[in-house]
Amino acid sequence: MNGRYVASIDQGTASSRCFVFDDRARIVSVSQQEHRQHFPRPGWVEHDPEEILRNVLLVVRVALDKADLTPQDLCALGIANQRETTVLWDVRTGAPVHNAINWADTRTDRLCREFARKLGQELFRGKTGLPVTTYFSGPKIRWLLDHIPGLRERAEAGEVLFGTIDSWLVWNLCGRHVTDVTNASRTLLMNLHTLDWDPELLDALGVPAAMLPEIRPSSEVYGEAGAPLAGVPVASALGDQHAALVGQTCFKAGDAKCTFGTGSFFVLNTGARPVTSKNGLLTTLAYKLGSAEPMYALEGSIAVTGALVQWFRDNLGLIGSAPEIETLALTVEDNGGCYFVPAFSGLFAPHWRSDARGVITGLTSYINKGHLARAVLEATAWQTREVVEAMNTDYGAPLSELRVDGGMTPNNLLMQFLADVLDIPVMRPIVAETVSLGAAYTAGLAVGFWPDTDSLSKNWHKAAEWLPSMDSVARERAYRKWKKAVARTVDWVDDDE
Amino acid sequence: MAELAGELRLPKGTVYGILRTLQAVGFVEQDRESGKYQLGPALLHMGSSYLDGNELRTRALNWADGLATRSGESVRIGTLHENQVLIVHHVFRPDDSRQALEVGSLLPAHATALGKALLANHNYIAAAFAPGSLSSFTPATVTDIYRFRQELEAIGERGWAADVGELFHGTASIAAPIEDRRRVTVGAIGIAGPIERLCDGRQPRPEFVDYVMEAARAVSRELGAIPW
Repeated sequence: MNGRYVASIDQGTASSRCFVFDDRARIVSVSQQEHRQHFPRPGWVEHDPEEILRNVLLVVRVALDKADLTPQDLCALGIANQRETTVLWDVRTGAPVHNAINWADTRTDRLCREFARKLGQELFRGKTGLPVTTYFSGPKIRWLLDHIPGLRERAEAGEVLFGTIDSWLVWNLCGRHVTDVTNASRTLLMNLHTLDWDPELLDALGVPAAMLPEIRPSSEVYGEAGAPLAGVPVASALGDQHAALVGQTCFKAGDAKCTFGTGSFFVLNTGARPVTSKNGLLTTLAYKLGSAEPMYALEGSIAVTGALVQWFRDNLGLIGSAPEIETLALTVEDNGGCYFVPAFSGLFAPHWRSDARGVITGLTSYINKGHLARAVLEATAWQTREVVEAMNTDYGAPLSELRVDGGMTPNNLLMQFLADVLDIPVMRPIVAETVSLGAAYTAGLAVGFWPDTDSLSKNWHKAAEWLPSMDSVARERAYRKWKKAVARTVDWVDDDE
Repeated sequence: MAELAGELRLPKGTVYGILRTLQAVGFVEQDRESGKYQLGPALLHMGSSYLDGNELRTRALNWADGLATRSGESVRIGTLHENQVLIVHHVFRPDDSRQALEVGSLLPAHATALGKALLANHNYIAAAFAPGSLSSFTPATVTDIYRFRQELEAIGERGWAADVGELFHGTASIAAPIEDRRRVTVGAIGIAGPIERLCDGRQPRPEFVDYVMEAARAVSRELGAIPW
């Protein structure tokens, strides 16, 4: 394989994309395909794994075609994926036994509360760095085993395999059942210290070991892809937020980034040892590059940010396309006093309240759709502020600037408002597509396309910067109102639901 | 109308019907005194507001970043806004130096490559510039309306525009138009930097022109203008 390019797959919540990069990390071509979101019941979110697989193969082919390239021109393929989303499939036929259950799905709420009640949160936090919530894969696996007749027996016999999307893709591309440490770290089944499946956790959650993939580093040649990408080494797999950390070249302890997409994820590299959070953040893996020591991270996960804009577009029809939210928001000067807390899947970091649901508050007859659009954007900024405050307390050192990336960064109004509410400079790098870039970097490192992480850091350049401009009295007053709005989301879901 | 009917080789009655439709949507208006038909106001606005600036920025972002990386200069995307250029996107020069974001600012159309690239593809707007209306910023700024129109024609033919020290001393810019799937120019993308880097004497270096045109083509492709 003498390819001069690296391709990466960004398999996200809303769509699958393929980027082809050259050795100077410049984008050569891009292709994107959205997949259907299924909402069979309120709070339930599913995808069709075969539609996702088809789309992934399609976008790779289209990206190559656009650039007049063939698979032989690629020296590696990297995968970044939406995390926690759970797929179970039959080992013989390869057919999924159910739709993939998405990370934001909340059907495991009662199950999680039972686990917490019977076993205590400490057991899970201590071993995995995570609270027991609907977010993570383990309870979703258990739900499927409980609800599909005969599935548990087949799983125990090794006839049914579990994977997050990375495993599903690698299995279909290379025929190996593997996952990487970052994805495994989101299952509630992996021990953060041993980086292996923990028998006590498997027992506690009732998940048979036979269905689990082998845990590998994030950067390693897992195998060669079969047709239609015959011969291309599949050389990385990592959760999308971890890929973004690599794409933003956050390789040292203290380096942080926030990715603003469907959800937003603030990740701080904490170095070679895990740091416990006392303020509602997750302790998780940053990445593991080949045989090097694993790096750990603190993460503030916000479930609904860009998803709120998509909801505004698709469910309310008040805008025709996502970028129009900025145009609509600019028809007014401020939020008019209304606040939108999109607790659609409960509140994630730093509150972790699964009994919360979304709220729009402060409504008066003055409010028009422009104010609502403002509130939609401001929700992202305020949720980020809560997470940054928790991070500053946990880590002990206040953040002095924020590196951002992701699909919401073209929104200037949002980026400026973010700088205003955080009161620190916000900057985005050239190549804001850090998830795809990170997957490409990780794959490229595995095959020697790039020599080391220092060579990657040299590629980071500031593309834009927003400086805080809001008066501090106005900021604190607005934050006070935001916190009141958040308080109105909790205590909504009843035990009997 | 007789001229139009002759040009189109259609019966006058047919031409009359078509003109009425175009008048109804504002694409054509009739001069009250002479009775002659001319292009209407709806067309003037159609070119510039055809694509929402925020939409344009979102679709062009990756290519604008790529242009900044390849050229090593700052990149701007602009749209026509009442005879000026509205900056809808700005990528810093990738040297990590201190720069200020210029999104939302307005630049004179006749003294910038972005403006010239836009005007060259909106003839009816360029035609509306009155003699003496082009203000001077440096000795190099083109203020003669006839010379300016000639330059716009040349730009229309070769597909790219430049300003060499016409807005700021020592700074040059190179830009090319962005088209959408209707082949309407919806914006322009360009780079700006020191004359000694971007130009050979007073001629823009061909490699920079290439980078800009490739980026413009990539964004146009993204908007559906050029089939892959």
